[in-house]
Parts: sequence; C-alpha cells; structure tokens
Amino acid sequence: MNNPPTTEPVDHETEHYAHDVSNHVRGYLLVGATLLVCTGLTVFLSYVNFGSQKANIAVAMVLATFKAGLVAYIFMHLSAEKKLIYRVLVFTGIFVFALFWLTYLAWYDPITH
Amino acid sequence: MDVSSSVSTHAAHDSHPHDEHDHHELSFLRKYVFSTDHKVIGLQYLISGLIFLFFGFLLMMLMRWQLAFPGTRLPVIGTLIENVLGQGAMNNGVMTPEFYNSLGAMHGTIMIFLGIVPVAFAAFGNFVVPLQIGAPDMTFPKINMASYQAFFAGGIVMLVSFFVPGGAAKGGWTSYTPLSDIADKGPTYHVIFNGQTLWLIAFIMLITSSLLGAVNFIATIIQLRAKGMTWMRLPFFVWAQFVTAFLLLLAFPPLESAIVMQLMDRVAGTSFFLPSGLIVNGAAVSISGGGSPLLWQHLFWFLGHPEVYVLILPGMGIVAEILANNTRKPLWGYKSLVFAALVLGFLSFIVWAHHMWLTGMGTVVSAFFQTTTMIISIPSVIILSAFFISLWGGSIRFTVPMLFATAFLPMFGIGGLTGIPLAFNSADLYLHDTYYVIAHFHYIVAPGTIFAVFAGVYYWFPKATGRKMSDFWGHVHFWPSLVCMNCIFLPMFLQGMLGMHRRWYDGGQGWTLASEKVWGVSGFHWNLPISIAAWVMGVAQIPFIINFFWSIWRGEKVNDNPWEATTLEWTAPSPPPHGNFLEAPVVYRGPYEYSLPGRDKDYTMQTEPIKEGERVLHEPTMSLGH
Amino acid sequence: MEIPYTVTARPDTGLWNAKVGIWLFLASEVMLFGGLFSAYIFLRLDAEPGYWPHGLLNVPVGTFNTAVLIFSSVTVVLAWASLKMRRYSRYRVYMAITILCGVIFLVVKLGYEWPQKYDHFGAYLKTSSLEKYERYLGNKHLLAEGLPPRVEITGHLHNEAALDDPKIKEYEVGLDVVYTDPTDPKMDRPHFFFVPPTEHVATIEKADVERATMFLPTHNNYFATYFTITGLHGLHVLGGVIVFTYLFFFGGITYRQNPEHLANRVEVAGLFWHFVDLVWIFVFPLFYLL
Repeated sequence: MNNPPTTEPVDHETEHYAHDVSNHVRGYLLVGATLLVCTGLTVFLSYVNFGSQKANIAVAMVLATFKAGLVAYIFMHLSAEKKLIYRVLVFTGIFVFALFWLTYLAWYDPITH
Repeated sequence: MDVSSSVSTHAAHDSHPHDEHDHHELSFLRKYVFSTDHKVIGLQYLISGLIFLFFGFLLMMLMRWQLAFPGTRLPVIGTLIENVLGQGAMNNGVMTPEFYNSLGAMHGTIMIFLGIVPVAFAAFGNFVVPLQIGAPDMTFPKINMASYQAFFAGGIVMLVSFFVPGGAAKGGWTSYTPLSDIADKGPTYHVIFNGQTLWLIAFIMLITSSLLGAVNFIATIIQLRAKGMTWMRLPFFVWAQFVTAFLLLLAFPPLESAIVMQLMDRVAGTSFFLPSGLIVNGAAVSISGGGSPLLWQHLFWFLGHPEVYVLILPGMGIVAEILANNTRKPLWGYKSLVFAALVLGFLSFIVWAHHMWLTGMGTVVSAFFQTTTMIISIPSVIILSAFFISLWGGSIRFTVPMLFATAFLPMFGIGGLTGIPLAFNSADLYLHDTYYVIAHFHYIVAPGTIFAVFAGVYYWFPKATGRKMSDFWGHVHFWPSLVCMNCIFLPMFLQGMLGMHRRWYDGGQGWTLASEKVWGVSGFHWNLPISIAAWVMGVAQIPFIINFFWSIWRGEKVNDNPWEATTLEWTAPSPPPHGNFLEAPVVYRGPYEYSLPGRDKDYTMQTEPIKEGERVLHEPTMSLGH
Repeated sequence: MEIPYTVTARPDTGLWNAKVGIWLFLASEVMLFGGLFSAYIFLRLDAEPGYWPHGLLNVPVGTFNTAVLIFSSVTVVLAWASLKMRRYSRYRVYMAITILCGVIFLVVKLGYEWPQKYDHFGAYLKTSSLEKYERYLGNKHLLAEGLPPRVEITGHLHNEAALDDPKIKEYEVGLDVVYTDPTDPKMDRPHFFFVPPTEHVATIEKADVERATMFLPTHNNYFATYFTITGLHGLHVLGGVIVFTYLFFFGGITYRQNPEHLANRVEVAGLFWHFVDLVWIFVFPLFYLL
C-alpha cells in the first residue's frame, strides 16, 4: 500500500452513461404504465373477498411492495447503484423491520393472548 | 516529513496570508455568525454547547438544594428566581414541586440534547473530522450552517419555555405519556405557549439539526478522505464519529414521528398516546381514546438507547486519540476497536426495550431484549480493554488532556459495569427509577463523556487558536472535578439500593427505608454531602472557564504540532485557514505510528512518505467502496 | 482547497457528494415514516372491533391522486434523462408537468379530500345503546356473517349547532347509505364510488352517544393517523414542488456552467420525489382500501 490510490475524478463513466440514457426512456415509460396498472389492480383486488381481511391486507401489501420495488429499482436507479448505497439501505431496512416487528412483539404476549 | 516541515508549512502559511479562494475579506457576520466554514461552525457548537452544559448544571445545583434541605428557603437565589419567574417557581424562596419537576426535565434535556450531543458530536466532529481526513471542509457547508442554526433556534425555544405560564416542561426528559400529553392543560392553557408544547417544537428543531449534521458527517467521511486515506488509516475518532452519525441518522426519525404525534395530541386533540377512559382530576377527558402510552415509550427509546451510544462514542474517540498520543504507542487493537464500534452501533438499535421492563411487556420480548443487552456489553468491554492495554508499557506523558483521558477509563468502567444488573429484567424491577440508575448513567456521561470532552478541549485547543491552555489551571480544574464527581455519584448507588426514587421532590425524607443508615449516615442524609460536592464542582469549573478565555488571547504560543502527534490535523497551520490545508495532503501510513524501532524520532506523521528500506507496518484493510 | 466531487464521481466510491447525501437523507426518511407506520400497526392492532373504520375515504379521488403521483414520477425521470441527453427545452417541459402534477395532488388533497372529511359527521354509540339503533346498524346480520360490528353512525349533520350547544339534546343525521339498509349484503363491504349522505334523516339522542364529532383528527385514531401521515406526506410533496420550481426557473444558470451539474441536481431532487411517491404507494391502500 505504498502508493496511495488515486482519487482524481474520472469523467468517462458519466459520458458513457449519457449514451445509454436514451435507451432507458422506453423502459421508464413501461414501468410507469405497469405502476398505473398495478394501482388499478390494487383497487380492484381490495373489493374481492379473499376470505378474511388479513388476506386482503396481505394481497395489497404484496402489490404495494412490488410497486415500491419497481420505483426504487428503476426510477431511483438502484439497479445500477453502487454497493455503498446498498449497504446503507440494508441497515436501514433491518432497523425499520426491527421497529415494526419488535413493537408488534411487545404488544403480543403468548401468555396473555 | 519531520519537525522542520511543520515549521515550513507554517512559513508557507505566513507568506500566503490569504488562502487562494479567500481573496476578499469576509464581513464579521459572514465570518463568525453565518459562516459555512466547518471550523467556525465547530467552535459555535462548542461555545454554545458548553454554555448549555453549564446552564444545565446550574439547574441541577438548584435541585440539590431542595434535595438536601427539602422545603427550606433558598437564600438570595430563591428570591431572585421568584422575581424573574414568579411565585409558580419559588414560593417565598421555597421551590415549588412544579418548578422542581421543570428543573429535572430540563436538566436532562439540556444536558443531553443541547450540551453533550452538540459538544461531543457536532463541535468536535465539525472541527476535527475534516482536518483528520484531510478534507477542505464538510461536503455540504451550507447545510452545515443550517444545522447549527436549527440547533440554536431549538435551544432558544427551550430556554423561552421557562418563561411561559406554568413554566418549562415537567414530564422528565423522557416526556412519558399520558402525563406529558395532558400537562399544563389548566385554565391558563395556551395551545402553543406552554412548556410541553414548546419542548416538542424545540425538539423538532434539534432533530432537524442532528439529521443535517449526520448526513454531512457521513458524506464527508465517505467522500472527502484525502488521497491515500483508506478506511483502515482513519483515526479511531473518525470511526467513532462515523458510527455516531449513523445512530443519529437512523434513530432520531422515529422519535421525530413520535414527537409529531404528541404534538398532534396536544394541539389537534388526537389520542395517539391517550388510552380510552382516561380520567384527569376526577373527570373523564373528552378524547377519542384508544391510543397507547406504550407506543410513545417504544418510539422514544428507539432513539433513547442509540442516544446513549451517541453520547459515549465520540468520547471514546477523543480518548483514543489522546491515549495513543500520550502513551507514545500505537493504539492497541485498532481493528478490533473499529469493529467493536461498528457492532456497538448496530446492536444499540435492538436493545431499546430494556428501558421498559416495568411496563409489563410480553415475556418473549423481554427475553429477547435481555439477551441483546447482554451481548452489547461485549463490544463495550472490547473497547475499554483495548484502551487499558494501550497504557501497558507506554512512557506516559501526563499532560492535562491525558489526565482527563486516563480518568475516563475507570469512570466509564464503573458506569458500564453497574449497568449490568439493570440489564436483567428481575434485578431491574427493584432498581428501576432509583438513584442507582442515576448514578449508573451519570458515571458514563459525566465523568465519562464530559471528561472526554474536557480532554478534547485541552487537546485540540492549540489547533484552534495556536496557543496552549495553562497546565497549572488545568490541574486545578481536573483534580477537584475528579474528586467531586465521585463524591456525587458513588453515594447515589447506596441511595438507590435503599429504593430511593429518582424523581422525589422531598429527597426521600418521607420514605421509611431512606432513614436506614449506610456507612453511618442515613440514605436521606447522604443528600447533603452529595449536594455540597455538586456545588464545589460548580466552583471547580471556574478555573476552566477563565483558562479557556484567557488562553485564547494570552496563552502560550505553540507550533503547529505541539503534542508531536501523527494525524493529519497537525499538518495544517494553527489555526487552519479557510480550506484547511495549504496543499492537498497525501497519506502514506496508519494513524498511530509512535515509537517504532528504526525511526529517527518517536512519531511518524501520516503524510510522511515511506522511506527506502523502511520496515513497513502491517496494515489491516477493509473495503466499503463500490 | 475546493470541495471535490461535487459533480464528478469519486473513483473509489463511484459516487458524487449529493448522491451520498440524498440517499442518507432518504434512509432517515424511511425511519421517519417507519415510525409513523409502526404507530399505525400498533394502534390498529390495539383497536377494539369496529373502532377502526373502513371505507370512509373517497376511493376514486384517491386513485386519481395515486395516478397523478406515479405519472409525475415518470415525468421527473424523463426530465433527468432529457438533461443527460442535453435537451434543455424538453427538460423544461417535463419539469413543468411534474410541478403541475405536484400542485394538482396538493389541491385535490387540501382543497377537496380534507374538507370533505371535515364536513362529515360520526357518532359513536354507547355499548348499551347499540340495541336501540339496531335498525341502522344491522349488527345481528354482521354477527351472522362473521364481520366486525358497527358501533358508529355516520352521515351529514343537519343541526350543526348541536355540536356545541348542550341545550340541543339530539343529532339529526342525514345517513350514509350503508345505514339506510344495513342488512343488505351489498353493504357489508365498502363501495368503490363515493355516495353522498342520503336524505334519510335519523335522530340520535345525545344520551346514547359516547362521542360525536366531525371527521377531524380528534374523531378516532384512524383519522388521527390519516391526517398526520397524509399531512406529513403533503409537506414532503410541497417541499418537492418548491425544489422543482427552483430548478425550473434557475436551472438554466447551472446548465450553462455545467450541464452535468444540473442533471445531478435533478436526479437528486427526483430521488426525493420518487421516495415521496413510494410512501404514497403504501399510504393509499392502507388508508383508502383496507
């Protein structure tokens, strides 16, 4: 490690990306359309009786997660994002999950329920 | 690079009195008040934070009178407060219970959120981190300024709340619902200008400030490291700040959501935290009910516990720097320290409910949190052990910063070890909310973090001013502070074991067990020596204050690297100009190369290129990139 | 020394500064809304049967607003793509559409949806009085169907003075359609289209009422969370609109100096906007549909 790694900015990567962008536009439109269709589907399915309300909630949440995933992956460019961003988001995800799950656990006690 | 080169950088500095981007002289306002320079912002944080620390301590000194002599007139000061704040606070010189509660709540809030976080995290982080990583400034200087301004506004709102009818917030620093939800809702209730609502509003500002600061710190450390400054060449202080910033970034927002909800409860009449069938003063309250007081506690402690590590990690970072510098030895176990800090940060998010054993949570969840709480003591012990082992075989220079840093070690040790009984569900049922808890966490934050903060002030003062603080007055400050800290907090363990509750207005006078004698003095009568120690400690801070201001203008002038330290901040001129370094520093080695065999002096700065035929140290590596 | 990597990426992280900054900020936003949603879960699980209302919001309007936000998410990404291809005038067009969408969303929310709620009335009945109003509630039918009971009567309050005047002893309510024929199986579940309260007026004695208010945050925890979360979300939309408006009018200055810099700014603002959209994707089903 005697030679310090370079930290000079490089430009070719962004240049290269600019040419790709025009190819992406079709994809963005397609994703937008998918999201709109999914919204309609969410509304429609919420009026279908899946047996219990829990099942309806589950169906709607699965669809919402799918939509959110599309937005994050395509619109927010997570598909081409750097590892560092992913690491931050993974930790955030774990902590949000802890917040949801443990507040729920704290409410639920197998002895009293 | 050797001593002569640090002199030469100074000379270069003198020949270019103005930094190249600083041709026009900035106005006073732009330079000192609305500055975007990280060093000025750091100093703004430091000064205002230290003032708030002292103010918070004053509140406690008032409370100590009431605890030592319940219901007796507070001479002179009592009348003074009565004239300023009215009879609601002091009745004929005697402290009212409401005012006592205000003092308690505001002491906690001010010390933590307006004192220690701004000083330990924001002030040192702002001033030192960019210098240590070789950056010209923070990544987002304007956001940095906004962060300080939000903090300042929050502090002002917090202070204003003392003067509204009913006085400042009275619900403890935790503001537990439903008490805090319905607080102040008497006949004189104003929807905004009441203690609790202002507390909430001030908090939103403080949280905003913390978030902006945290984003800035993390982005700076990721993006602006100098050429050659790899992750494993970062000084431990930078790592500590990095983890702390993540804690603030991710733990504060759930509290913010809770604060928004409590604000809705108070202003818009919702019942997020108010249960059904709530009766206040014998009458049912007109609310929809159905809310959950427990929800507040969960969201509060989701911040509250990481906050504990927000308070201690920067302190550990400061101590690490000073230990390595004054033992003239590489810090022992650098890599374990880094990973311990990371693990500590991660685990601190999943231990919060150990503050809530008494709420009757489920047993499953109690077992879970008890386990994680036990596990989190491991990284803390790793860090403390590494610090102790660092002392081994060093030729220690007992400079003033080192005195404070060495005192930190046993003090933090006592605080940490006494926390273990509290982690156990069953032991905590007895000790919860007693003076034992007070003693436990004050050992961590008071002689722990605050000593680290003092150490940091003495250590980096020459960098900020080009002058050193007086050693003699440093000793006069240190020794009485150390003795008083222990006289204050050790007896509290005894009081706690007698079951004396931490929020009692009469200091435990009416509690049967408090009359039991420990070491010849009853639990209640221990209040007096504690109070005297607290007041003496207040006096013991005067040498520091005088020393601080005197040294800014009159202190002994020193060179750019008076401590003969290795890290990057000591290569910059003192005080560093706008943009920090005269030319971009390049890093060739780890942060703590002290007393290595075969070198011509006992420290090698990080910017010193590897010489031909030099024995190269093994460096740990780690990649966080791509 | 100048601050580096404001426009170009740092090689070893592959990111420019603002990109790191915005993602960190979004991580904290995830935790902020995470806290609010965990409150939603907590309160909803805690609610007594029948106390978490269902189908009180206007679904077509909500769907419309969802579509508006999704549409604006597409246009903002196209605005960014136009800048990447250095087509400034096209960028302006997409940006204008995005701003317009944001404004439409806010106008619908604050100008129509919220006031529609303030105008709606609901009275929770005492448990002992439920039997008395069985003809409006149809609880026997619901019990047989295994559905949660109805404990509230909602509709248009004809004598609004009753809210504040203790001398008036009853509420006159133009009933919502479900209470006019509660045993009709078609009424067991909410409808897609919003039906205004009917002319069928019921008189509810105050002595039978546990608590009666307009649909304000005070009405119940459902509306408390609804107004808090949509309010906070609305503030985010407003913030986004302000930033976009700034970029629309002053982006040209940055563009002339360095087009890539403006593209980066739009990308960062866009990331925030997508996040706001993403939150709404969860808010919409949780409050409107379930």
